[in-house]
Amino acid sequence: MAPWRVSDTKIPQGRLALVSYLSVALIVTLLVGFWKLQVVQSGHFADLAERNRIRYIPIIAPRGAMLDREGRVLVDSYPSFSILLLRDEPKLLEKSLSQIEEGLGITKEDLQQQLEAAKLEPKFQPIVIKPAASQGDIAFVESHRADLPVLELMMVQRRRYPHNDMLASAIGYVGEVSVQDMEKSDGHYRPGDIVGKAGLEHEYNETLEGTDGMRRVVVNSVGKAMRTLEDVEALPGKPIQLTIDYDLQAIAETDFANKEGALIAMDARTGEVLAMVSRPTFDPNDFAVRIPASEWARLNTDPQTPLLNRAIQAQLAPGSVFKVVMATAMLESKAIPANYTVYCPGYATFYGRIFHCDHSHGEVDLHKGIVASCDVYFYNVGKLLGIDRISAYATGLGLGQRTGIDLPGEEPGLVPSEEWSERVNHHKWYPGSTISVAIGQGAVTATPVQLARMIAAIANGGTLIQPHFLKNATDLKSGSFPLSEDTVEQVTDGMWGVVNEPDGTTSGQVKLQNIDFSGKTGTAQVESFDLQHKLGKKLKENGWFVGFAPRRNPEIIVAALVQSGGWGSTSAAPIVRDVVKAYYDKKNMHMQQATAENGTPPVAPRPLVATVGAQHQ
Amino acid sequence: MKDRPRVHDFDWTLLAIVAAISGFGVAEIYSSTHASGMAGMQYRQLMWIAAGIAGMFLISRIDYHTLLDQAPVLYAVGIATLLIVLAIGQSRFGAKRWIALGGGPSLQVSELMKLIIIVVLARFFSEVRTDRLTLRDLVKVSLLTLIPVGLILKQPDLGTAMVLIPVAVVGAFLAGIQWKHAAVGAVLIAILVPVGWHMRNHLKPYQQQRIETFLHPEEDQRGAGYQILQSQIAVGAGGFWGKGFGKGSQNQLGFVPVRYSDFILAALAEEQGFIGVCVVMLLYLGLILRLVDNAQKAKDKAGMFVVMGVTAILGFHVLVNASMVIGYMPVTGIPLPLMSYGGSATAFVFLALGLVMNVRMRRFVN
Repeated sequence: MAPWRVSDTKIPQGRLALVSYLSVALIVTLLVGFWKLQVVQSGHFADLAERNRIRYIPIIAPRGAMLDREGRVLVDSYPSFSILLLRDEPKLLEKSLSQIEEGLGITKEDLQQQLEAAKLEPKFQPIVIKPAASQGDIAFVESHRADLPVLELMMVQRRRYPHNDMLASAIGYVGEVSVQDMEKSDGHYRPGDIVGKAGLEHEYNETLEGTDGMRRVVVNSVGKAMRTLEDVEALPGKPIQLTIDYDLQAIAETDFANKEGALIAMDARTGEVLAMVSRPTFDPNDFAVRIPASEWARLNTDPQTPLLNRAIQAQLAPGSVFKVVMATAMLESKAIPANYTVYCPGYATFYGRIFHCDHSHGEVDLHKGIVASCDVYFYNVGKLLGIDRISAYATGLGLGQRTGIDLPGEEPGLVPSEEWSERVNHHKWYPGSTISVAIGQGAVTATPVQLARMIAAIANGGTLIQPHFLKNATDLKSGSFPLSEDTVEQVTDGMWGVVNEPDGTTSGQVKLQNIDFSGKTGTAQVESFDLQHKLGKKLKENGWFVGFAPRRNPEIIVAALVQSGGWGSTSAAPIVRDVVKAYYDKKNMHMQQATAENGTPPVAPRPLVATVGAQHQ
Repeated sequence: MKDRPRVHDFDWTLLAIVAAISGFGVAEIYSSTHASGMAGMQYRQLMWIAAGIAGMFLISRIDYHTLLDQAPVLYAVGIATLLIVLAIGQSRFGAKRWIALGGGPSLQVSELMKLIIIVVLARFFSEVRTDRLTLRDLVKVSLLTLIPVGLILKQPDLGTAMVLIPVAVVGAFLAGIQWKHAAVGAVLIAILVPVGWHMRNHLKPYQQQRIETFLHPEEDQRGAGYQILQSQIAVGAGGFWGKGFGKGSQNQLGFVPVRYSDFILAALAEEQGFIGVCVVMLLYLGLILRLVDNAQKAKDKAGMFVVMGVTAILGFHVLVNASMVIGYMPVTGIPLPLMSYGGSATAFVFLALGLVMNVRMRRFVN
């Protein structure tokens, strides 16, 4: 037995008794403390409790504006009023609901649902029941201050898109933060906060969004603010300047009226996006206030997918535009002699199947093959090159991979290869499929932005520019796929011929005076029979045109896609011509101005006042 | 053994007091949370009370002498656990106090340390053969206590760290501390507190702020001073009779901070008034006196020290928590035993009471 266990029964009774007395004394002291608060000063504290109605009124920070390359407003914010419902008196709230329903036109069920959703928040924090109050709503709240103290007005900053659907697919839209994003944000977002949901609004959300401020006010029993305890100012979001040129954008948008498709115009040297169109599109103003569920459902289920940005998300057969990849592969790989010729009788037979050409081109060499877009010539080139060589050059020129443009949701397109066939289709590549790929049909798909970048790379000797929207963007990553001077010369001469030679596919219809305008047409069959069935009509071919100027080391590159537009030469090429012409007209005007003003550098035009519907100035 | 410990010897009076206090706690938790998104907390609290009672019966079955035999082992385990928490524990509210139990509930290990320090110091004091503590003994007691205190302070948990000290103080007093030592100790504390005050820059910012706001509550409208003010308003507004169950605006609108836990006494004071506070505080006094009574009737000194260790901790909790609610002390995060919502804290109280039952059941056993 351990020594301590020896039963020591001498209990210090006296000291224990002392502990008891001390306990009684301490409890009595505490009770005296409670007595002082609850009886002596009770009135004072009851008064404080009565007046203790602290409300947190958020001060919403305005989102930063978006400006075009010359500082003209594309997107901004404006102040408006939201109606708040105060929840600190449940009984009063219950009684007021039907009056609110009548006055503001919000159903009781809707109100109760919103109250339910906010029940985890402290009760002294109000909820927003009407995000954009009309003049009538504001008047209703003001005139019922006395009998409806549960309503309060709050000034908010709302997004405004003065040019409506112009550039909408690239700009995107804003909306209330989703529950998932709220959880991920670790307390940064609260319910009802507005964030960028798509496009540039989403991509540059962090820059654009400000930091909300907060006002803590003590209010009296009728909800009137008695004094402000604390004012944390809102920090406005920063504006961003885009590379977009409002003038070019306006022309592209006008040309695309009632058409379906997409366009991207870029500075071919830097990758600055000058214009981007996707049609059909939407009006982001519809999202700026809570979007009605029905409208949201319509936008999402519309078979014409207005929310899709076709310039970066439409993965379609490039058609004959792909022939410039074939020509480049042929010359660079030297697998086929540069002076290779084929006789085109209007069709050709490969592997027991007949492949058509649009007419008989007779004796065709590479130049004529590009200029007249002879399918038979490129069928033969494709057969001689083989799919893997084609695949290697297409990939090298940036197809089948995202360009890295600063927009969310870019699609990569597809460049098929033997490896791809085995991995995805689980069978060997059919050599017959190479024949289709050679003219940009079959499995190969590309987005407009990829085709623009690809042609720019061929014309500038192999630099893959990084398309981007942010003016003064840093950390741009351009790729490199060096091409020999000879290849560049031959292929770009071919594309010059498409526009300017009499037997070019555009038949000289899009020639521009004094401008070294070149390009390549494409007319791709639409293979989706499903979609045709759904729309209940047969779709015409997709028309493509990728144009640039000047012929070598171009300044501007424009890719246009007109879906169901038929021939690329008649549907897409005129749009590209208009944009390129506008670019040079503007450039010449600036230069003339500069000379007129005794050699002073060109002055930026006066910023356009942002007004609704100003796009057709 | 001639006489086995019998259930008959359980302290049913003590249990009745405990049940009454717990009942007030559960009712006030319900009142504070039923209209909020946290509704239903009272059921979880009831569950913990049930589990606590089961634990209490279990711990009363093991002879406390056996527990005291294992004191060195328990102490080593406790210190090791605290070290592990510091190394790998989960952070909650900016402090590492928790260890996850198999992905499910997590345990606040400093609660375990409270039980261990009771057993360890009871063993130490009962080994003192005389009824006068030597300086050597005092130094040993201080070391035994201050090591875990330091580790818990590092978590950082100022409240729980402080809670261990009364066990040593009350124990030393009962073991026969010499008046001159007590006087020197008092002087030392009188010197150390201001020195500690100057060292406050070594405290975590939230601790600094708590002390700062205790001294100047008006200067801080949002932090701890604001909390104390809101608590005082709730208590004062309750008046003599209270606003009625579920009707305190301070409580129901969420102005009283953590109204279901640390500030539950403020919620009760607002809704049940001074009358309610008196009933509850007298129940706590009854609990303490009943515990002291058990100590007086303990069979040996070891048992007496165990019971008084429990008494010291529970009494300290009540004293500090109630003082905080009426603004006599800074916010330390010390819950009100048996009333505040919380699993680990509730479990501790019942296990500690299990130790008391343990001693009582064996008072006639030879």
